[in-house]
Amino acid sequence: MATVAPRAASALGQRRESRPALARAFDTFAPYVIIGVLLIAWEVAAQEKLVIPFLLPALSVVLERIGTDLTSGALAYNIGITLYRTVVGFALAAMIGVSIGVLMTRVVSVRWFFDPLVSIGLPMPKVALLPVFMLWFGLFDASKILMVAFSACFQIIITTWHGTQGVDKELIWSARSLGAKDREVLWEIVMPAAMPQILTGLQIAMPVCLIVVLVTEMQMGGRGLGDAMLVAARYAQTPGVFAGIIEIGTVGFCIIKGMEYLRKRLLVWHQETMREETTV
Amino acid sequence: MTHKIIATLWRYSPLLLLAAVWEGVTQAHLVSQYALPTLSGVLTSMWTLAIDPDGLVYHTSRSIMRGAAGLGAAVVLGTTAGVLMAWYRPVRLLLKPFIQMFYPLPKSALIPLTIMWIGLGDPSKITLIFIGSLLPIVVSSFNATRGVDSVLIWSARGMGATDRELLWEVVVPAALPEIMNGYRVALALCFILVVAGELIIANNGIGFLINFLGEGGDYKGMFAGVITISLVGFLADRGYIMLMRRILIWRE
Repeated sequence: MATVAPRAASALGQRRESRPALARAFDTFAPYVIIGVLLIAWEVAAQEKLVIPFLLPALSVVLERIGTDLTSGALAYNIGITLYRTVVGFALAAMIGVSIGVLMTRVVSVRWFFDPLVSIGLPMPKVALLPVFMLWFGLFDASKILMVAFSACFQIIITTWHGTQGVDKELIWSARSLGAKDREVLWEIVMPAAMPQILTGLQIAMPVCLIVVLVTEMQMGGRGLGDAMLVAARYAQTPGVFAGIIEIGTVGFCIIKGMEYLRKRLLVWHQETMREETTV
Repeated sequence: MTHKIIATLWRYSPLLLLAAVWEGVTQAHLVSQYALPTLSGVLTSMWTLAIDPDGLVYHTSRSIMRGAAGLGAAVVLGTTAGVLMAWYRPVRLLLKPFIQMFYPLPKSALIPLTIMWIGLGDPSKITLIFIGSLLPIVVSSFNATRGVDSVLIWSARGMGATDRELLWEVVVPAALPEIMNGYRVALALCFILVVAGELIIANNGIGFLINFLGEGGDYKGMFAGVITISLVGFLADRGYIMLMRRILIWRE
């Protein structure tokens, strides 16, 4: 999780704030310089044959490979299909997870039933069920999407449950005494108050979805970035493997940043947005 | 004592209910036995595999060994890197770009790379687990250390603590609870990577066993493997929570 509950009074945080403008500019640009140096070193080392090209192909070769994928349309197709599986699986997990989580807070029997299931399901490595999902749902999109959803939903259930349970009782009492109906209390008090935690759960679940979608594609094929990478590895095409890592890394970066942005937009009323965040 | 046992039984009773439904549905042939073998059959198969010297015990211990080696290395290096990043500006400037670049990468994308670089054996799996669990640990240690209450730091400074004393005797203990929470996240991730790596390519390990039995049509054995790894994951998590409580006993 990239965003951690920020604290206003962190001595280490403050030390940076009081730095002069020049030093802050240095702070801003240093990361790019370091990454640039690293990339140049990679290219030079590969060009000068300091490393075995099979193990580490030059950056230019990898970029060329990405370019070929891009013009042939394979890149857009593979990213599209991987994203489709991830997003549908994630959306399923979010719908099911949030519903069960809310119900666990409100209905005793639901809590009784799901509490032990969640406490076992959360730490278990869900990908172990991949062969079972392949047996039940076949080798196509259904099993991949359901595997992604299953892997992600426990985290969402538990954060939603804890989030909705932890809502300040006085808020609910005051809404009730002002005449709010049960449904209004849920949608206008409980859900907004639990929103930061629900979003945190979703933010933890998303990277898991990406990890799992790649594993399913590597395991059973069916196109997508994971399949493309494993095929490249089988034919010993290292540039293809590196191209895949860069492509999926970029996709992951955009998704994670997108979710952080969404969190800020959705929680614009919340005090956490107004503070400086300790984000890596 | 009996109260506690009854409470635990009641808490986990839904699992017994599910087990009963599983057994009932399969015994009554409501679902094909090729889709879902009977629970009793799975448990029998689990017992046979457990006493087989090349069975569950061997493969599970291989997986645990890999996970422990990778995670152990990640804990040592990741915590050091995270704490030093928060404490020393040059370290932060140097390491942060790498973290930012590699953090969003789904770590399973490294499976083909570790296979090509290091091969199919233990070192490649351990490297994968190490890299995969390293970044979450670095990030949580970094955030935990930076989030330490400034009043603690000011008072220690006021009492004349040197920078090094401040770091090891005030900041790290104060950040420890959050750092240890980060390890728990890494533990879960480590299990995912162990099993995923073994499912895709391996010669042993519980992921390999599940895949092997499933492809061979021994679905009872496959379910036995899945139940075993779920239990191991659950027990590891519970064990870790107990350990964490012991270590952090000085907190109220």
